Amino acid sequence: MPTIWAWGRNVLKRALENLGNSTVQGVWRMGFATRFFLAVLMHSGTAFRRFGLTIREMYFTGVLSLIIILVSGLFVGMVLGLQGYETLQTYGSEEALGVLVALSLVRELGPVVAALLFASRAGSAITAEIGLMKATEQLSAMEMMAVDPIARVVAPRFWAGVISMPLLAALFSAMGVLGGYLVGVQLIGVDEGSFWSQMQSAVDFEQDILNGVIKSVVFGVAITAIALFEGYDAPPTAEGVSGATTRTVVTSSLAVLALDFVLTAFMFRGLN
Amino acid sequence: MQSDNLVEIAGVAFGYGARPILKGINLTARRGQVVAIMGSSGCGKTTLLRLIGGQIKPGQGSVRVAGESVADLDQAGLYRLRRKMGMLFQFGALFTDMSVFDNVAFQLREHTDLPEDAIRDLVLMKLNAVGLRGAARLMPAELSGGMARRVALARAIALDPMLVMYDEPFAGLDPISLGVTGNLIRRLTDTLGLTSLLVTHDVQESLKIVDYVYFVSEGVVVAEGTANEIRASDLPYVHQFVHGEADGPVPFHYPAPAYADDLGLGQKRA
Repeated sequence: MPTIWAWGRNVLKRALENLGNSTVQGVWRMGFATRFFLAVLMHSGTAFRRFGLTIREMYFTGVLSLIIILVSGLFVGMVLGLQGYETLQTYGSEEALGVLVALSLVRELGPVVAALLFASRAGSAITAEIGLMKATEQLSAMEMMAVDPIARVVAPRFWAGVISMPLLAALFSAMGVLGGYLVGVQLIGVDEGSFWSQMQSAVDFEQDILNGVIKSVVFGVAITAIALFEGYDAPPTAEGVSGATTRTVVTSSLAVLALDFVLTAFMFRGLN
Repeated sequence: MQSDNLVEIAGVAFGYGARPILKGINLTARRGQVVAIMGSSGCGKTTLLRLIGGQIKPGQGSVRVAGESVADLDQAGLYRLRRKMGMLFQFGALFTDMSVFDNVAFQLREHTDLPEDAIRDLVLMKLNAVGLRGAARLMPAELSGGMARRVALARAIALDPMLVMYDEPFAGLDPISLGVTGNLIRRLTDTLGLTSLLVTHDVQESLKIVDYVYFVSEGVVVAEGTANEIRASDLPYVHQFVHGEADGPVPFHYPAPAYADDLGLGQKRA
């Protein structure tokens, strides 16, 4: 009997130790991430003074993500066209298809889906690249050459991501509207005039477009900051880099969804 | 007056967490010399280079480079000092997204306002010194291990440093590249008037080119001397190291309980 008690006590003690340990580790990591983020902001001068560095990274994060963003946008818009028509037809208001497609895309699907795709396409690539640069001592080499890797490597990537994200979200929405038009107007035969004119009168620049842009900028900051931090903090081994890449996709996707809820609650609560 | 010693390490102790790595190292590197720090893997040789480069700070003791205490410098001071240092990492650590030319030009572009024409000439001169002028347009992935090491060497001397540190410059090289790298280190040290500090466990290759050797074991310097003194040394540790003997002061076996006990032969079986 005493051995069972002792065993139980040990299990409980170990569980408490693990809980304490992971809490301390988690808080420490949060602190490190915050310091890292502040360091990136403070060392952003180079990214703007030598804007060519940022442009180069925009090519890798933004331009190379174009295919997946444009194709996905087109298909999402096409599906919206099909589904929207089915529902609106029930109420005899299929002319409002343009409004439905545009508002869904500009307010929600554009920023959110583009951000999720950006996290998996560009975020994972950023983490893997920075993680491997660390593992192969390229960041140490840079430090030893009296060049700050945060200013030279991290900050340009951060700003490239922040600038690319709203542009990609806008292109996603534009392709989505085109997809909705192709299915709704060209395939099903919704009146073209109503499709465009209702969309034009219903979509508000400030409430819809600007809020969508704000969302995508916030997502851009979150995804790129998470991807860079995970890469910079990755243990310099193959397992370490692969784990960090996975964490980037999971954490930044969850962050996008959570931030979207918070931002939507603030932006659209007063709307009819 | 300028001191003869470029690097002075006095009583340095350092540990990662609770694990002590260096336990009171004393070491100096005189200007214009090639100095080797030898010791078995994991004895803290690379840690010493990181201490000299200011990437870590010693727990105790002082590290002085060109008269400046490295640990007391702020980031600006440290970066100023590092511009006068070159470091060759174990596998080169070339920037994989840049060509050989851009790798060597990196520091010139970052730290000087030289026009691109002048940078081009300087880069080609550095690459010529390591015999790789023809490889300027190649990417790091297209180079062999020995070539990558030589490009990294050209990059390390791009700003004409006073000190070049080499972390295992001979590891994983074929015999030809081994000889080429060794000769390059000696020749560059002599012609550019720099000081070379190499961390290595390749005894035979380094004894051919070094002026002075320190042997580090268990976190302290256990032997030191010129190449000839080391070859002639009858200290058990040095003898074992120089002649590559499997057993000696550095035991073959990792500490373990008695073999018979582990096999269950030392006690009565139940």
